[in-house]
Amino acid sequence: MKVVLQNLTKVFPNRDKKAGNDVVAVSDFNLEIPDGKLIGLLGPSGCGKSTTLYMISGLQKPTGGRIFFGDDDVTEISTENRGIGLVFQNYALYPHMTVLQNILFPLQNLKGADKLSKADMLERAHEAAKLVQIDELMERKPSELSGGQQQRVAIARALVKMPRVLLLDEPLSNLDARLRLQTREEIRRIQKETGITTVFVTHDQEEAMSISDMIVVMKLGVVQQTGKPQDVYDDPVNLFVAKFLGTPPINVLAGKVEGGKVYIGDEAVLEISGVEDREVYIGIRPEGFELDDNGPLSCELSNVEVMGRDVSVVSKNPASVNPVIRSIIDADNKVDLSAGVVKYRVKPHKFFLFDRETEERIRYEVK
Amino acid sequence: MVDSKQQWKAWLYLLPAIVLLLVFTVWPIINTVRMAFMEGYNGLAIVGGASFKFGIGNFTKVISFTSFKTSLYNTMLLCVLTVPISTFLALLIAVALNSIKVFKKTLQTIFFLPYVTNSIAIGMVFAAMFNIVGNMGTDGHDIIITAGIINNFIQLFGGEPINWINAGSSYWANMTVMVVYIVWNALPFKILVLLGGLQSVNKQYYDAAKVDGTPKSRVFTRITVPLLSPMLAYVIITGFIGGFKEYSSIVGIFGEDMGPAGAPRRLNTIVGYIYDALPKMNYGQASAAALILFAIIFVVTMINLQISKKRVHY
Repeated sequence: MKVVLQNLTKVFPNRDKKAGNDVVAVSDFNLEIPDGKLIGLLGPSGCGKSTTLYMISGLQKPTGGRIFFGDDDVTEISTENRGIGLVFQNYALYPHMTVLQNILFPLQNLKGADKLSKADMLERAHEAAKLVQIDELMERKPSELSGGQQQRVAIARALVKMPRVLLLDEPLSNLDARLRLQTREEIRRIQKETGITTVFVTHDQEEAMSISDMIVVMKLGVVQQTGKPQDVYDDPVNLFVAKFLGTPPINVLAGKVEGGKVYIGDEAVLEISGVEDREVYIGIRPEGFELDDNGPLSCELSNVEVMGRDVSVVSKNPASVNPVIRSIIDADNKVDLSAGVVKYRVKPHKFFLFDRETEERIRYEVK
Repeated sequence: MVDSKQQWKAWLYLLPAIVLLLVFTVWPIINTVRMAFMEGYNGLAIVGGASFKFGIGNFTKVISFTSFKTSLYNTMLLCVLTVPISTFLALLIAVALNSIKVFKKTLQTIFFLPYVTNSIAIGMVFAAMFNIVGNMGTDGHDIIITAGIINNFIQLFGGEPINWINAGSSYWANMTVMVVYIVWNALPFKILVLLGGLQSVNKQYYDAAKVDGTPKSRVFTRITVPLLSPMLAYVIITGFIGGFKEYSSIVGIFGEDMGPAGAPRRLNTIVGYIYDALPKMNYGQASAAALILFAIIFVVTMINLQISKKRVHY
């Protein structure tokens, strides 16, 4: 099922009525989610990603704009008639029901032509349970399950009605690091197997990048950038997106463009064309550095962290906005700690320029 | 853990409370048991140096009295009628209160008022409301007057006034008044507990139910009630315990005679029976009745706990 969001807007009235300023949670959101894809809504807390999800679910009414499932306008349709499955952040499994009763519950609510026989319901419940691999746990209560198992039950409960769209609110936030890795692959597998258009919300960029077909980066209710995870990572439209994606995060330095050269301090690190002289922010991905004894960028070396396959070189530069500059280089390179100084060359495709004021990306050509 | 050298300090601080509890709680309990098993124990006679045979005579005697059986019957009946009714009503009111936004605080206050009002005073107000069906006038020109608002209402809708509580009233009329009064009086506490329970229920359960298109009635029976089951068990158990100790509500409406004029003691309860025995110096029998009451409350509470173990799910 294709999902289309048109100029979707949500305004919450301010609690303090005297202050009067309404809070715009989501502003003019436009997105077309292709059928059968997995979409990650990504952003820091308070960016409106959950609000967007709840508007798609119908639990929250948009202030403006329209929502389409396929060709149906569902904006005015109530939650239960939209044909969605929703997995809550804390799962919201009914604590007094067993796993089986939890999964059966949505089916027992079906009315009229959709009504199922008891045997059919059980079959559907077991199918859903098998899909998420909890068919051994059907008689347990939620309190007797681990976080990961509860998560699966919640997904099974959302899937059992065979929804047109599956929505997941921070699906991995309550799991420990190890389980998170496993579960996100699981979500990907389930989504692929069922082919249900799925939207999930997360503040964890790694999570979003790793499993999504498409990510939507949001900030303060406004969509910043939409695209395939790799494309967004490789080609951020502004400093916010560049900073938000990637671990370790991008290195940001203050610099300037002068006479076709990009300067960090008084070192010209890259020759470019197509940009007039101006003050800029420079973003360099950690993997955008290459060790080179004759390289143009010199930094004060403070530490080398060995991570097996790579080494992470921690260094300092007065122009850096962050306290340190972190670069990731192949472990084959030997870094001499005693030297005190490390010299880099930069890879142009990992090297971005942003406007000092607007923080928008400045495009350039490498000479 | 407290340092063992400091423990004497802890005991010192506890001492006043322990002394008071020993004198005014522990000793009376022990003494009650002692008196209950001394046949024919009489407060005056013991001063005269009399000694009493040890045995279960007080119990057999109390059980044989019709007045005790009446009290027991009344008490049981009030419990069985008022606890389910008040719990059910409190549940409905709590759910309704929880779902409205306007006037919520005001209504909450109104529903809570009976809790902070003296029950004898409320009893007198109820007595006035259910009051008087009387014959005034003589020589064949009877004028039936009703002063109570309840009977006024009944007449307004064309009904015959009912003699609720006055001389000549029927037992069931009396009982109806008592049930209405006790239920009304029991509501605030139950509403408070259940409303607190409702407010602590995670709202996402209701969102989840909404996504699944659960009808309202099913949300109530399959989600709200089970999630409230610990609070429901609590109000039912305390309701039964309170019900078995019913006394002042009846005094409030019928006075210390525990019945309408012409039929005193008709609505007596076990606690009323115990109080009646005291001025007659029948301490032995009063103690025996108190122990019987304790045994009943104990057994009923155990049964309640057993049931709630099966019903309270988490």
